[in-house]
Amino acid sequence: MASGAGEWSAEQIDNYETLISTTDVELLKRAWRNEKASPEILPFEEALVKRAKEQIQLMEETVDDFAESGHDPLIASLYQMDLDRAQFLLRSYLRVRLQKIEKFMFHIWKMDTYRNRLSIEEEKFTERCIRDIGKHLEETVLSKLPDNYQSVLKQSIISEEDDMVPEPQLDTFVVAKCERATRPLYLDGSRQSASFDSRQFAILTCL
Amino acid sequence: MAGQSDPHISLFSAEELEFMAEDELIEIVPNMRMDPLNFICVIFKSGDFGPFFPQIASQVPLWLAVALKKRGKCAIRPPQWMSVENLTRVLEGERESQGAFQVLPFHYVEISRLLFDHAREDIPDMYMVRSLIEDIRDVRIHKVETSLEKFSGTSAVKIPNLSAMEVNIIRPFVGRALQAFYKHDNPEKIPDVDRASSAQTRAANNEPRVSATEEITDRFHF
Repeated sequence: MASGAGEWSAEQIDNYETLISTTDVELLKRAWRNEKASPEILPFEEALVKRAKEQIQLMEETVDDFAESGHDPLIASLYQMDLDRAQFLLRSYLRVRLQKIEKFMFHIWKMDTYRNRLSIEEEKFTERCIRDIGKHLEETVLSKLPDNYQSVLKQSIISEEDDMVPEPQLDTFVVAKCERATRPLYLDGSRQSASFDSRQFAILTCL
Repeated sequence: MAGQSDPHISLFSAEELEFMAEDELIEIVPNMRMDPLNFICVIFKSGDFGPFFPQIASQVPLWLAVALKKRGKCAIRPPQWMSVENLTRVLEGERESQGAFQVLPFHYVEISRLLFDHAREDIPDMYMVRSLIEDIRDVRIHKVETSLEKFSGTSAVKIPNLSAMEVNIIRPFVGRALQAFYKHDNPEKIPDVDRASSAQTRAANNEPRVSATEEITDRFHF
């Protein structure tokens, strides 16, 4: 009895995936979630963002047409809601990336791997951010400190590395939902392996 | 920044979780005629939503159902799992098994909340259903909390059938707790003691890490 109920519910859940096709908005939702959950900045989804922007623009035109033609206001308002949802996702995705850039700008700028993950606009933003923050720190604090302690990036001139640059913590744990069963994974470079089933939640060491 | 939740409290705000749950499908019975709708957010594999005809049931995303309901254009059919009978069974199951969680939709909390707020007259035995769901939620959260006590320093913990809200609650805490376990178990891995040697360990571990990262981005989402 109990297992019967379990199967039935699992079927219900699968229902969504079989009925709904993966839209760009769905992909954008996934990109937003991943970006939010991962400690470092992920590659910019350039093609996806471009497609989403085009679709949003198209929908904006449709909504405008509806408003002008005095068509059924109900349908116009439903399309407007759809548009709002798509725009919200796109904005959230872009914003969460900007937040991360603001947090780790010096680190991202220094490392080519991370720098290559930015869009052209994000690169411009990072550059301006670094210039402004640098100037601000310079004027308010650093210029008033003794000569050896005036670097934005270093604690003092004897530091070998840039030890005042915040870096994302990569040796950390993440919570992830498994979509498909995996082969055994070797986590943390250890001999111990773990495999995961679909729909299972796992807390992993971030790799 | 506006519209973005504070990641230190929880990764997603309640509103953001609700936003995601609103894309789940639900059945409505419209009371008017309406042409097919062609959305960008959700698309049926078989085509558009609608056309809608009076008294003919149709599947739509939850946000659309709530919007139509607010305008008095449809009745919402509560999903089958929201029956008193099924929820009673789920609650019993949750109470009986200490370790495992019963299968419920990923967004069961958000879906039921939205329906209670906007479609109370469409839910038979609404008060009973609501108190059952609240009980289930309490039992499950309690179970999550007790299972957290059994955590120890490992590299992976698996929990099947957890729902979106539950994951969101435990995420920040669990991450930091495991981090602390990990640090205490591997004192040699704490950086800044000797940066050069820790960099070396990292380089040595590099190869399996890369392949595993690909696997992770391929198979998991957050």
